[in-house]
Amino acid sequence: MNTKKNHPARRSKKQMLYQRPKSLTNVPMHYCAGCGHSLIHKVLAELMDELGIRERTIGVAPVGCAVLAYFYLKCDISEAAHGRAAAVATGIKRALPDRIVFSYQGDGDLAAIGMAETVHAANRGENITVIFVNNTVYGMTGGQMAPTTLVGQITPTCPKGRDPLTMGPPIRVCELLNTLDRPYYIERVALDGPQGVLAAKRALRTALTAQIDNKGYTFVEVLSPCPTYFRLSPIESLRFVKESMVPVFPVGVFRKEGVAIHA
Amino acid sequence: MAQQKPISPRVLMMGNEAVGEGAIRAGCQCYFGYPITPQNELTAYMAKHMLEHGRVFIQSESELAAISMVFGAAAAGARAMTSSSSPGISLKQEGISYLAGARLPAVIVNVQRGGPGLGGIDPSQCDYFQAVKGGGHGDYHCIVLAPASVQDMHDMTVEAFRLADRYRTPVMVLADGRLGQMMEPITLYAAPPPPVPAKPWALTGATKREARNIRSLFMAEGGLEKHNIILQEVYQQIKRTEPRSEEILTENCDYAIAAWGTCARIAKEVIQKARAQGLRAGLFRPITLWPFPSESLLALAGKVKALLVVEMNAGQMLEDVQLAVKDRVPVHFSGYPGGRVPTTSNMLSALTLMAQQFRGL
Ligand SMILES: Cc1ncc(C[n+]2csc(CCOP(=O)(O)OP(=O)(O)O)c2C)c(N)n1
Ligand code: SF4
Repeated sequence: MNTKKNHPARRSKKQMLYQRPKSLTNVPMHYCAGCGHSLIHKVLAELMDELGIRERTIGVAPVGCAVLAYFYLKCDISEAAHGRAAAVATGIKRALPDRIVFSYQGDGDLAAIGMAETVHAANRGENITVIFVNNTVYGMTGGQMAPTTLVGQITPTCPKGRDPLTMGPPIRVCELLNTLDRPYYIERVALDGPQGVLAAKRALRTALTAQIDNKGYTFVEVLSPCPTYFRLSPIESLRFVKESMVPVFPVGVFRKEGVAIHA
Repeated sequence: MAQQKPISPRVLMMGNEAVGEGAIRAGCQCYFGYPITPQNELTAYMAKHMLEHGRVFIQSESELAAISMVFGAAAAGARAMTSSSSPGISLKQEGISYLAGARLPAVIVNVQRGGPGLGGIDPSQCDYFQAVKGGGHGDYHCIVLAPASVQDMHDMTVEAFRLADRYRTPVMVLADGRLGQMMEPITLYAAPPPPVPAKPWALTGATKREARNIRSLFMAEGGLEKHNIILQEVYQQIKRTEPRSEEILTENCDYAIAAWGTCARIAKEVIQKARAQGLRAGLFRPITLWPFPSESLLALAGKVKALLVVEMNAGQMLEDVQLAVKDRVPVHFSGYPGGRVPTTSNMLSALTLMAQQFRGL
């Protein structure tokens, strides 16, 4: 019980309750206010600290808003051409199998131009962790339609809203990858508030731990706010994730220990 | 005791396999490829032998993926390679541009076939421009080596790895379907692999050091310009040090054929035949297509009456020859586009025809 007297902050003036993860640099992030990327970076950095893997982790940054991830994460990071992050991660992991390798990709990068690389890395069961940031738009180039844009959602390239008959409905990547035999772990979480951040951290911990144990391919999709191109405030964006995205992209574990879980 | 392998054995090998064996002997640690004729035997050779040597082989989902896997492996400090033929090399241009931009060493083998488009599967030299003028987007060059025999296919693959590491740049071996498919006895490379230089940029995990990154993106003011200047300095250094060519019978020579790869190989026979007919013929063969051996060619231009460029394309190296000789000598051209390989008599008649125009001059 936190009475005023034994409140943690009172016990000692010097007690550290919260601080910047060691794996996160002190560089101000270029992300917009309320953007999910910064939260996912933080969670990833915390996990590198907690799992003690920063010094043997090699990441692959995407072409997308997170292209500069190497300025923020204090692990080795490679660039990849747009969409090719899973192939670059494959090359790194095969060359250095005892390192922890992740790719970090947006929905355009992973599910449009890089869909082939995504599916085949998963199908080979590469022992890598793929972090998929689904914000329903191409943030970096101005909020255009992505493979995950919701039906009716307005973007500069679907100004009347996404029409599923001519543009196709949104692609559910977790469900798609779950049809393959080799993935070890697939989960979708939603950054729709503090609970969502904790869920993302738990999912990423499961994924990275599985990789450390050489279990195989792990995939975490994070439904992530892009206030700028949702054209909503940061708070409204969280609501959009919860109320508009989650019904289309249900959260949960799709693959656990190599076994598909059917809802 | 492990049985000692015989040193430098002579073996009968197909060009594509000779490339594969060269790569293995050069210490190639990772090979990624996608099937395409006429280089399939190379991918199959690597599938068998890389795995036997405990090294990495992946049949990728596409050439885009293969070259990106090469990018990843090279970023991690490994000797990495991919191979393909013309349509597949077009797809690899994305990754080659990124390799050049990120200054990563890698080896790319193009066993050319006719184009454009799906073209055909017959041998061709139609990718000269693509190979030597950059190929992908941005201001860059690959070092381009042009083998003319199965022995060259083998040796130049080893050399390509050495050059890639020496200059931190992608190196292309530009062969063709004829060289890939033919069989010849060769002497296998028996020395230790070319030494791997220190790679203080490689991504190996930031153990007791600052984190590193590999990138071609430079967004800060002036950063990209600075990076391009560094690249150009490397290219200038390569241009000063690495141009290579071979000359045969160019002393007391009136008419020289300038040809590379398969055409140079045919020309070797043609100049002998021409000499037997009393025509003082010789051969200039660029071994490096980039950097182009312009100085040696210019020196030769001062000694001959005319040059005949022969290529299995519509005139690509021709332009570099014209630039190099600076109008000092007439340059004629005989081209075979669309997958046709000239015969010795084709080439001999082109040479005699040219010589006739200069008789009495
Ligand atoms: C080959 C190529 N095509 C297009 C682009 C332009 N481009 C850069 S990022 C991007 C899409 C990024 O969207 P997403 O992957 O969803 O990531 P986000 O920016 O939303 O995080 C595009 C199309 C490019 N850099 N390269
Ligand atoms: S555009 Fe969207 S995804 Fe990109 S930084 Fe801004 S909020 Fe984030």
